[in-house]
Amino acid sequence: MANKLSLITKGFIKENPTFVLVLGMCPTLATTTSAINGLEMGLATLFVLVLSNIAISLISPIVPDKVHIPVYIVVIATFVTVLQLVMQAYTPSVYKTLGLFIPLIVVNCIILGRAEAFACKNNWIDSALDGLGIGLGFTASLTVIGIVREILGSGSVFGWKFIAGDGILAFVMAPGAFMVLGYLLVLFNKIKK
Amino acid sequence: MEYFLIIISAIFVNNIVLAQFLGICPFLGVSNKLSTASGMSLAVCFVITLATVVTYLVNQYLLVPFGLDFLQTIAFILVIAALVQIVEIVLKKVSPSLYQALGIYLPLITTNCAVLGVAITVVTKEFTFGSAAPHMLNLAESTVYAFATALGYGLAMVLFSGLREHLALNDVPKAFKGLPVALITVSIMAMAFLGFSGIV
Repeated sequence: MANKLSLITKGFIKENPTFVLVLGMCPTLATTTSAINGLEMGLATLFVLVLSNIAISLISPIVPDKVHIPVYIVVIATFVTVLQLVMQAYTPSVYKTLGLFIPLIVVNCIILGRAEAFACKNNWIDSALDGLGIGLGFTASLTVIGIVREILGSGSVFGWKFIAGDGILAFVMAPGAFMVLGYLLVLFNKIKK
Repeated sequence: MEYFLIIISAIFVNNIVLAQFLGICPFLGVSNKLSTASGMSLAVCFVITLATVVTYLVNQYLLVPFGLDFLQTIAFILVIAALVQIVEIVLKKVSPSLYQALGIYLPLITTNCAVLGVAITVVTKEFTFGSAAPHMLNLAESTVYAFATALGYGLAMVLFSGLREHLALNDVPKAFKGLPVALITVSIMAMAFLGFSGIV
């Protein structure tokens, strides 16, 4: 039981995909303009990660070794398409804000990485929990980056404004994304020691 | 004139790394040395241009007529993966020296989100250049856009690797070593590139 629990909790600190493994940088930088956008992007990735981990752990015994990467990519792309259709139907505004970065979940290295490193060697329950853990860790990091950028860039958290005025615009734009991630990595390095 | 605007906009104003956040993983991963950075840029340039032309044609003549637009993501990633394989095989036969130079960077490109990103952008986004009304790009414009975007990628990559070579010689505080200081450097580069905004 403790073992299963550790599968879920490891994504937050020990194997945090953003701050320790430094994977999936593109959505991390691009979609964290506000806390809510970061949270939504994290949840979208979580959805694909859990489903693709389950499917890959079930099919991996019968996939020939030579073509396993293309097969995994098609599996992931299928779930991304499912996600695109679901989001278009139920949350069109979120789909519009995240835009290009929803189809780009296909090439997010976290997902293919978990398929290679975990799902193809473990049973489907453990793989689902692993996907959930890493996905939650990713969501948490994106939300943290989003919160920092939103506070500095527009003086609000989750849309709740507590500083009057405009904030520092650069933090909503590209330079702020790189800078906030850089300084958060420094902080994470300090804490880990 | 329009092609000129597309080129300036894709290289400087909407630089793929510094403004659109695409292809960050290889950008941070192989920019330690100037020589590897230029090798990677060359390979990316080649594949982005080729992949955009092929996916544009696949979309226009295969997916849209049959109402299969929703399969774009799957179809494009398969086309790109196959294309990278073909390019690898052809280059090995035709130009072994170029193949040697691109080496390990070619297979890595399949998972470079810049390639898929540009391919999806040109078939889904409407562009405005100069005074022209918003419109979808045609094949020639898409090709120019893809090539110019790839040049922008190369520019950012080569500039950054030059900075990084100098950074390696400096005494950086322990917690900043490696990636953090690199990211802060990119941030300052992105700030410099913000100066180009508004010129197109």
